[in-house]
Amino acid sequence: MSEYQVSQAKSQVIARSRVNRQAGRLRESQVYAVLRVVGLIFFTFITLFPLYTIVTTAIKPLQDVQSTFHWIPSRITFAPFGDIWQTVPLARYFLNSIIISGAATLISVAIAILAGYALSRYRFTGRRVFSLVVLSTQMFPGILFLLPLFIIFINIQQTIGVQLYGSYLGLIITYLTFSLPVAIWMLSGYFDSLPLGLEEAASIDGASSLGTLMRIIIPLSLPGIIAVAIYSFMTAWNELLFASILTSAATRTLSVGLQGYATQSNVYWNQLMAASIVVSIPIVIAFLALQKYMVQGLTSGAVK
Amino acid sequence: MSASRATVQTERAVRQTERQPRRPRVSKRAIPYLYITPAVIFELFIHILPMLIGIAISLLGLTLFYIHYWTQAPFVGLQNYGIALNFGGAAGSALFHSFLITVAYTILVVGLSWVLGMTAALLLNGDFRGRGWFRTLFLIPYALPAYIVVITWSFMLQKDNGAINALLSALHVSNPPFWLVGTNAFWSMVMTATWRSWPFAFLFLLAGLQSIPSDMYEAASLEGASKWRQFLAITLPSLKPVNVVLLLVTFLWTFNDFNTPFVLFGQAPPPSADLLSLHIYVSSFVNWNFGLGSAMSVLLLIFLFIVSLVYLRIFQAGGASNE
Repeated sequence: MSEYQVSQAKSQVIARSRVNRQAGRLRESQVYAVLRVVGLIFFTFITLFPLYTIVTTAIKPLQDVQSTFHWIPSRITFAPFGDIWQTVPLARYFLNSIIISGAATLISVAIAILAGYALSRYRFTGRRVFSLVVLSTQMFPGILFLLPLFIIFINIQQTIGVQLYGSYLGLIITYLTFSLPVAIWMLSGYFDSLPLGLEEAASIDGASSLGTLMRIIIPLSLPGIIAVAIYSFMTAWNELLFASILTSAATRTLSVGLQGYATQSNVYWNQLMAASIVVSIPIVIAFLALQKYMVQGLTSGAVK
Repeated sequence: MSASRATVQTERAVRQTERQPRRPRVSKRAIPYLYITPAVIFELFIHILPMLIGIAISLLGLTLFYIHYWTQAPFVGLQNYGIALNFGGAAGSALFHSFLITVAYTILVVGLSWVLGMTAALLLNGDFRGRGWFRTLFLIPYALPAYIVVITWSFMLQKDNGAINALLSALHVSNPPFWLVGTNAFWSMVMTATWRSWPFAFLFLLAGLQSIPSDMYEAASLEGASKWRQFLAITLPSLKPVNVVLLLVTFLWTFNDFNTPFVLFGQAPPPSADLLSLHIYVSSFVNWNFGLGSAMSVLLLIFLFIVSLVYLRIFQAGGASNE
């Protein structure tokens, strides 16, 4: 089958080169075939090299990790995968990260659907200002509003008693806002690609605007919504700067908590790598499984 | 602008007369505002209000002495900006050094990521067996959480037990270096950040390549244009809209990068790895000079704003003349 395809491709190339009557054409395409193989080997190597290091380090005893690096582990142990749960409260951090990232994703997607729909389907006064301001917040350096946000959280706690500093709620509202600009931009682009006739038919049937959005637009936009959800979840799951200041011991997330494997006296590299695998697997699998939605969603605005 | 609004309004008027039975529970004009209200509330609370407070703090002498009763910190006007921009002084020259490091870092990481992403996208822009597998493999570095990538590289870059130096000695390089000190720290950061960000460029550019109609290449090929000529004449111009967005986004991410230097070096980076975000973080939260730290962040925001504006202006002018 594949050999057939290859030979077919080759014969196409040959046929084309004959049409062109260019003697060099065939040699050129062979050069490109070789270059492609060399290139793919190069990229495969630079991608796999760190991944191989993570996996082999995670199954070495600490003593071996702290001596000269060996490509093939001489002694294999799965103890680090057990130890990681004792050295730091990894299960706690895991749960915190899931709660915070999950809640931020759900709320962010819901808000972005509404705002993206308004931008895509309505021409209202202030529309341009709204979209410009929201998009330009994307360039705010996080460091600019880290301290002010901290001060706001403390003041709210002192005046109305809602605990935002060191609580799930504080990080959830922070992270959902971080992903809003791109989420709104991606979804309004996605909605733009849906034909207007859909809603016209629905409104003739007497459906309200919100009803049309819920029953017609959202089911048709699932690929875009999935892409936005992955983006929001990754934004929250990866965040370190704000988590390092705004969490307490009880609400610490994985990004901050993993630093616990490096103590003053010792760095438990094998446990750190084992924990990295455990932490990464869910998100890497989710991303790779849903990658085609991510490509569609991210590029729907730019590629058009 | 006004002309397009007028046509939209007439369109809407036509549509309104077409659909008769409508329950006017909410005024039609209010609907879009209701839809954007939640987004506006969160943007105001998390982005806009803190930014304004940040600007206010930059006008205060909020130092260690006032940290516990910060409302009493004295108003110092633009003094913090004067200190930050006085390149002869200690704080100003350190900030300027950090700025130059960040510019060099950004140019290298964005440039390398683009070249690698473009090359990989061209390699995979064809039909051959295993293409999907390679695409999935190349996306893994981007799918990994950023801090995990940096932790992994910080282990690989260890002097004696790291994989990079093991690779170098396997290639018979004598005296493998210390990677995480001196000027090497800068190159360590560039390698680490590039490894994570090139797949994003690859993802974007591959999608862009696949939207270029293949008959354009066939026509060029019939006329005897070389592959390189086709790349310059067809591929690059067609990718322009993708590149404009891609380069701006990666520029902003890289310029504001905090994770890479922070996870590699903590709160005391070597001077060659003193990126702006970490520099401001240390000025604020380690040296407890929040007034100066805020002034530096505002300057950073102004810089990013001007660069983005000029960039978009140039691109949009070019785009208009092309159309």
